[in-house]
Amino acid sequence: MTIMLQIKDLCHSYRNEQNETLPALDHVSLDVAAGQFLAVIGRNGSGKSTLAKHLNALLVPDAGSCLVNGMDTRNTALLWDVRQTVGMVFQNPDNQIVASLVEEDVAFGPENLGLPPAEIQRRVTDSLEMVGMTEYRLHAPHLLSGGQKQRVAIAGVLAMKPRCLVLDESTAMLDPVGRSEVLAAVCKLHRQQGITVVLITHFMEEAVEADRVVVMDAGRIIMDGDPATVFSQVECIRSLGLDVPVAADIAARLRQKGIDIPADIIRDEELAVALCR
Amino acid sequence: MSIELQNISYTYMPGTPYCRDALLDVSLKIERGEFIGIIGHTGSGKSTLVQHLNGLLRPTAGTVSLDGANMHERKQALKSVRQKVGMVFQYPEHQLFEETVFDDVAFGPRNLGLSDEDVQQRVESALECVGLSVADVAKRSPFRLSGGQMRRVAIAGVIALRPEYLVLDEPSAGLDPCGRDEIYAQILQLYRTSGMAVVLVTHNMEDVARMAKRLLVMDHCRIRFDGPPVDLFHDETIQLRDFGVSLPHVTSLLKTLRAHSLDIDDTLQDEEVVVEAIRSALKRKRDSSC
Ligand SMILES: Nc1ncnc2c1ncn2[C@@H]1O[C@H](COP(=O)(O)OP(=O)(O)OP(=O)(O)O)[C@@H](O)[C@H]1O
Ligand SMILES: Nc1ncnc2c1ncn2[C@@H]1O[C@H](COP(=O)(O)OP(=O)(O)OP(=O)(O)O)[C@@H](O)[C@H]1O
Ligand SMILES: [Mg+2]
Ligand SMILES: [Mg+2]
Repeated sequence: MTIMLQIKDLCHSYRNEQNETLPALDHVSLDVAAGQFLAVIGRNGSGKSTLAKHLNALLVPDAGSCLVNGMDTRNTALLWDVRQTVGMVFQNPDNQIVASLVEEDVAFGPENLGLPPAEIQRRVTDSLEMVGMTEYRLHAPHLLSGGQKQRVAIAGVLAMKPRCLVLDESTAMLDPVGRSEVLAAVCKLHRQQGITVVLITHFMEEAVEADRVVVMDAGRIIMDGDPATVFSQVECIRSLGLDVPVAADIAARLRQKGIDIPADIIRDEELAVALCR
Repeated sequence: MSIELQNISYTYMPGTPYCRDALLDVSLKIERGEFIGIIGHTGSGKSTLVQHLNGLLRPTAGTVSLDGANMHERKQALKSVRQKVGMVFQYPEHQLFEETVFDDVAFGPRNLGLSDEDVQQRVESALECVGLSVADVAKRSPFRLSGGQMRRVAIAGVIALRPEYLVLDEPSAGLDPCGRDEIYAQILQLYRTSGMAVVLVTHNMEDVARMAKRLLVMDHCRIRFDGPPVDLFHDETIQLRDFGVSLPHVTSLLKTLRAHSLDIDDTLQDEEVVVEAIRSALKRKRDSSC
């Protein structure tokens, strides 16, 4: 098993306006195997985006280390390779728009990889298709609606075909249908091409789709396990400012009332089967 | 007391290659005291529509009026619109601009000409309302906060205005689940005690199902549905997918249970009520099978 992301005792602090240090990551250790689909959840300000920024060397550790496919993010000579390995989509797509046409925007990454024009065209076409933005190919990206911009930003990263994809709340502005389509496209890449996925989200139903869920609080990882294990700890999850999927919530309440239901229910279908057997 | 849109259309960048229709012949009346949800797929025109409510956009055709006065006829009218209609934008970065969180939230109240004391008091209660501690954030730059913290500041800035109409464009995007619940609880509290109107644009079906009394569905520049949420979510003839919307989670869970032939009412919402209904459905099933 190869390890895609190897984070060891990582610490990171910001400085505020008064030059005081604000710790944002506090001795975080995390190994993510190549091909794993990891969801990261945690309340506002818990350190998720800060962690994500270490994964493609936008930030480097104050202490501890962060290795991407074996490459130390502190080694500036490897910066290019790190960024090529880890593709990242941020919370606000405005910060990522670089060109005046959607297709140029999506082509920007692949062009920087020095790919031949025919390959670039193919990737642009495929990625726009994957996010359902084909008909906007010749539009100006900064004039799109909030959700449309987000889709373009995701297409731009998909076109780079990174081995590891980091999505930092990148579907927050999509309608429910669009969100499930984009998530399905990501799952497909993960399954078919073995891409490592780190999905940061406030949607618990999205986290359920991952192989593994990591919960952050106050700059630390405090839960780590498969979705069924994590979301069956309803009380603990709630105390962290989070929620559990509806099926897990109802299952836990039924169990409290003495109804015999397995502890690992997190999906609607599982609850239905357990109740109607 | 109402905001009224009469046959408005809006085209972005008319007469250029980027020209794009965003609203076509939309009419809508919003009364004080209403709680309206607006849903619909990406690009359907929701943000464009709500930016007409505070006069930020001027319709290409049709009129927008507040309490009977056309917003765009006199300069004075627009000023009173800005005081009465508070708007939280889809991306909070677009509305934060001051150097400190305090100044940012204080901007609206200061513009109303309130005394320093009153401004201070409003800022503190607004920050508290969105779950931020004054001591922690007041002196910080709003641009150096986490995504969810920034959104909270943007919401606080508008709450501090105490508007008569509160327009929220995707306010819960980026908020953690508890933060979302807390802020909505506060907004509901304000709504109930102040008699203001709330217009909530969201992709979150739970939010509208739980709170909105009236729901609008936008699709391709037009309002395609206008009625109570239950009428939309329980009308089998409406293809929600075509509108880019879905069922609230609880509703789709209940429908799944029904599909597995559990006899249960799928219009329920409250989790405790759902649990009780499941228990009695199970009991009925047991009784009838023996
Ligand atoms: N540029 C910055 N300067 C100073 N402090 C910052 C900066 N960016 C983030 N912080 C602080 O660091 C902490 C962690 O922020 P981070 O953005 O990693 O949180 P998050 O888990 O992504 O939150 P959210 O769910 O709101 O996006 C927060 O307390 C935040 O206020
Ligand atoms: N500044 C602009 N210039 C040109 N066209 C625009 C501009 N803003 C939005 N549009 C276009 O107008 C249409 C409606 O956009 P609007 O932002 O109102 O959609 P929305 O329903 O709010 O979408 P979302 O759910 O993604 O926020 C879209 O087709 C969009 O591409
Ligand atoms: Mg974040
Ligand atoms: Mg919008």
